Amino acid sequence: MSNATTGTAGKTIRAEEAAHFGALAADWWDPKGSSAMLHRLNPVRLAFLRAAVDAHWGSDPAGLRPLAGKRALDVGCGAGLLAEPLARLGAAVTAVDAAAENIAAAQAHATGVGLEIDYRSGELAALGLGPFDLVTALEVIEHVADKPQFVAQLASHLAPGGLMFLSTPNRTTASRLVMVRLAEGLGAIPKGTHHWDDFITPEELDELLADAGLAMGEPQGIAWSPARGLHLSGDLALNYIVSVVRR
Amino acid sequence: MSETRELLILGGGLVGMTTALAAARKGISSHVVDMADPAALTQDGFDGRASAISTASWNLFANIGLADRLAPQGCPIEAIAVTDAMLPGRIDFRPEPHANSHEGSLGYMFANQVLRIALFEAARAEPLIAWHAPARVVSRQRGAHGVSATLASGETLHARLMVAAEGRRSPTRDEAGIKLSHWDYRHRAIITGLTHEKPHDNVAWEIFYPAGPFALLPMLDGPEGEHRSALVWTVAEKDAAGVLALSDRGFLAEVDKRMQGTFGQVHLNSARTSYPLSYQRTARITAERLALVGDAAHGIHPIAGQGLNLGLRDVGALVEVLVDGMRLGLDPGDAQLLARYERWRSLDSFSVAAATDAITHLFGIPGRAASAIRRLGMAGVQRSGILKRFFMDEARGVSGRLPELLQG
Repeated sequence: MSNATTGTAGKTIRAEEAAHFGALAADWWDPKGSSAMLHRLNPVRLAFLRAAVDAHWGSDPAGLRPLAGKRALDVGCGAGLLAEPLARLGAAVTAVDAAAENIAAAQAHATGVGLEIDYRSGELAALGLGPFDLVTALEVIEHVADKPQFVAQLASHLAPGGLMFLSTPNRTTASRLVMVRLAEGLGAIPKGTHHWDDFITPEELDELLADAGLAMGEPQGIAWSPARGLHLSGDLALNYIVSVVRR
Repeated sequence: MSETRELLILGGGLVGMTTALAAARKGISSHVVDMADPAALTQDGFDGRASAISTASWNLFANIGLADRLAPQGCPIEAIAVTDAMLPGRIDFRPEPHANSHEGSLGYMFANQVLRIALFEAARAEPLIAWHAPARVVSRQRGAHGVSATLASGETLHARLMVAAEGRRSPTRDEAGIKLSHWDYRHRAIITGLTHEKPHDNVAWEIFYPAGPFALLPMLDGPEGEHRSALVWTVAEKDAAGVLALSDRGFLAEVDKRMQGTFGQVHLNSARTSYPLSYQRTARITAERLALVGDAAHGIHPIAGQGLNLGLRDVGALVEVLVDGMRLGLDPGDAQLLARYERWRSLDSFSVAAATDAITHLFGIPGRAASAIRRLGMAGVQRSGILKRFFMDEARGVSGRLPELLQG
């Protein structure tokens, strides 16, 4: 990770974060491996995304390719758990991650399943991409060094009339207990994945987005219960997801 | 190399082809491979079997656009009469008349041949189905990225999810190492078509003899207005060869004796065929990028006519799970989708198979005492609204959480 620097101007990647996720790269696509929680989270956040996409662009809710003809950017793509569904839904996807190991794993998997995705590693600002109709950064903002800078970069990649999605853990007593101490303690999430102090509340996110000329929609919680597993909920205490448009 | 499709369906019979059509109607593409030549399968006399299509299964056919095509060829079942060797004591299942005509029926009787021809015609007209038949699979591959099957012709077909719909002896299931629990009833079902003097009034008869059940299923009148029923006569395996060797006249005399004049004079209208009866169930119905549907997952004794209906519920559940996943952009072979299919189907197929197994044993015990107990039991069922409702809902296939494709 020689090209990654800690939070200096213009850079949002933290070297130690990139290294943490890079080390997990090989295991990303194993549904029972260290990313099992992300695999379970995926259908839940995709359900939110699908509903918002249909509402925003008026696509048929029963259709299988609502993003056909759309350009999509997935920031902090890991090994492509979100980028691949976006491509299957019809989007021309570019996906970026700080860790070169992740990009290698993502590229290998996409080739294996026959999906064309433009994978890039490095700082978003330096890649000269865009603009995109759809920009996603799910479970990423809590890992970046400079949140306002990061949000400004996302905004600059969003085409007029485009749609953005962000999801992140909330900074609450509950999230500190469940997501950091309990989930990492029990091994459900790899140790060192989350730093509670970096979590951001929906109100703080709303302000950050407003400063970048963006408007946040109604956040939805991602909650967990023994009967339903992970599901969309009105309870924002642990994790939440939002859609975002230009003001 | 042919194009990669979503589904690779091995076995293009009633269940396999319904899977392909139901998927195609939702925009999901498939390869369908079957060993048999479709032309031979749809010839007269290939299959004398008939199937009771429950209301739920009928809804599935309607939802994939076959209702207009099939409706004139199905005989509605308006009541089921269950008796014990024609002794006093009889359960009648007759639903209350209802504004919705489907509610007033317990299902429809179809010649399997009629269903097969309708499905095959629809499949030929469906561009999302690539139909390979007759074609023999020489090897199968399932991996992290997809599935494929190589045919004897040398062609290799690629897809995301393999669906095994090859029936009871599914080689795909065996190759995946999915174990079967198997119970052989040591009985055979002898099947033939009958014409009879009196109309059946759309009543299906299940007459239980200690040796096994004797079922008369109402079929549509023939071209000359002759009244017809399908006979499913269950005999012990050791007696089957003898029964099959009887002359038509001798066989008819045996049938007549057991029907005790219910339908007046009786004639045979098709050749006799026979099928061994066994109960089988798999511990799992999924593996990596593999789903089992129909008899590949659970062959059951056809006593209650639930085998095909159970298979069609598999189809409805699998297609719904796949559509729900694919509209979120998930791979149809995604492990979580298969886990949902597995959870949804396991309870239903187990309870139907277990209930059918229990009924077979209850009515299979010889002796007068057992018969008396059984009669009491039936009178009890007759009186108990809840039990009767349960049996009728089972016959209609509308109990439990139904896949959307099977809802009216």
